[in-house]
Amino acid sequence: MQRPDMSVELAGIKMRNPVMTASGTFGYGAEFGDYMNLESIGAMVTKGLSLKPKAGNPTPRIVETPGGMLNAIGLQNVGVDAFISQKLPYLKNVATPVIVNLYGNTLEEYGEVASRLDGLEGVAGIEVNISCPNVKQGGIVFGTDPAAAREVVRLVRNSTSKPLIVKLSPNVTDVVLMAKACADAGADALSLINTLTGMAIDLDRRRPILANVTGGLSGPAIKPVALRMVWQVARNVKLPIVGIGGIMNARDALEFILAGASAVQVGTASFLDPSAAQTIARDMEQYLSDKGIPSIASMIGALEV
Amino acid sequence: MQFKSMVVSNVELSPGYFRMRMTAPQELLSAQPGQFLMLKVSDAIDPLLRRPFGFFDVGTFSAEYAGCGTQCYCEILYKVVGKGTKLLSALHHGDLVDLLAPLGRGFDLGAPGEEKILVGGGVGLAPLYWLAKELVARGEKVRLFAGGRNRDDILCITEFERLGVESYVATDDGTLGERGFVTQVLEGHLKSSGMRIYACGPTPMLNAVAQMAQRHEVPCQVSMEAYMACGVGACLGCVMKGANHSDDTPDYRCVCKDGPVFDSFELQWS
Repeated sequence: MQRPDMSVELAGIKMRNPVMTASGTFGYGAEFGDYMNLESIGAMVTKGLSLKPKAGNPTPRIVETPGGMLNAIGLQNVGVDAFISQKLPYLKNVATPVIVNLYGNTLEEYGEVASRLDGLEGVAGIEVNISCPNVKQGGIVFGTDPAAAREVVRLVRNSTSKPLIVKLSPNVTDVVLMAKACADAGADALSLINTLTGMAIDLDRRRPILANVTGGLSGPAIKPVALRMVWQVARNVKLPIVGIGGIMNARDALEFILAGASAVQVGTASFLDPSAAQTIARDMEQYLSDKGIPSIASMIGALEV
Repeated sequence: MQFKSMVVSNVELSPGYFRMRMTAPQELLSAQPGQFLMLKVSDAIDPLLRRPFGFFDVGTFSAEYAGCGTQCYCEILYKVVGKGTKLLSALHHGDLVDLLAPLGRGFDLGAPGEEKILVGGGVGLAPLYWLAKELVARGEKVRLFAGGRNRDDILCITEFERLGVESYVATDDGTLGERGFVTQVLEGHLKSSGMRIYACGPTPMLNAVAQMAQRHEVPCQVSMEAYMACGVGACLGCVMKGANHSDDTPDYRCVCKDGPVFDSFELQWS
């Protein structure tokens, strides 16, 4: 039997399969080169970049919770210029599209980071983080207010000709409203969900466990919320969707595809198993093979309700 | 490397402290003392994350089930502190675990002829045993200073002594060795030349050792412990402040990748 066709195209980015890595869980790619074949997955999304290098939050920054983890890293990153000079050369030698995640502390910074990446060889697309819940003024305003989201996406749109993916926050009352605002402003695709805001408490010490008090919840615990949001957005917005949230294995990933995602991102799973994305891509193909499904494209949004 | 490993033995040494031996591929023999492994106790999603452990020992043994060949093993020494280590303590011979190893930067064995001083607090003794073994094999003079709250915290001293390591013990309650902090015992033995310190234990102890080393101008390496998710430098959850860190010029080091062993002057001590 012929192998199933796993290729997908997302906002003009051609991928060998729908499995991407999630920003913040895959470093700048090189960290995982010893543990997996970086050319076995659809695309890599790198750690969120800001205009200037960013120190991040004090520790403790992470804590495990049932079925998940909270993080408040605080968007620590090397800055866009160091990324271009130090990290991008390695990635250029890997035959897998690189999508660069970025954020700004101000509206203007979003535009500036995007324009510095525009026209760069080796950058297949950009993903805009309007939803990181950790840093004060670091995205929560843009990510939870439709008018602000529209403004930032429009500015980034005007600053780059690269395919533009906007990553949505789940910490909103109506995710469809946010999705529509980003679509109107010129996004080529939407990725969702970012982490859910949460906290953990040390009862005996009567203190929050994270130095930042609150953090972003990720891992299998958030998968049901993510599936629901992907499904809602897919039914109401025409843009292609990247499903993210607690994907640990191929079955999880395929559930997101059925719910309407054209691709998926593997995040926290890469912490447990540095080759998780590769394994998931392989097992997805095996599932299609076993079921006699000719192409992954035929499963996108094929949920029967 | 990522590999499945079989538990060979898992023995409670003193209340709440276990020593576990696991099979390992031959390649692990080229790992260094001070490096560590990340262990996934089960396939379940709770606990979700791997747990980091320094190598207590790495070597080969002849196992009855391995036929005539020798089998590579690695050992960890751990204290039951939470959900992950509790599950770990229930594993038996034949159980399988998933390992990521070797990780991080190990100890620098230093120049020949220096007196090597090992300082361990509680389960912080764990990464020092393999180090002692390697140093003794090179013909180095090694002395161990072990501290804990009480005698139950002082682990595997006989193993160290069997290597020919001279040991000094201090406990908070005086149930073994001198009463007091091990750092007090240590200070009496420090001279400013021809020595090198290797320390692992609770942060206040490391803090004291690092400052003492600086005062006496003795080179000192410390092995740090931190909460971490990935072990490969991606999550940035395990960072510590570098010596020159400030809010304006941030300098965070990953315990997993830049460490877990640092020269004491690389880090910021309170």
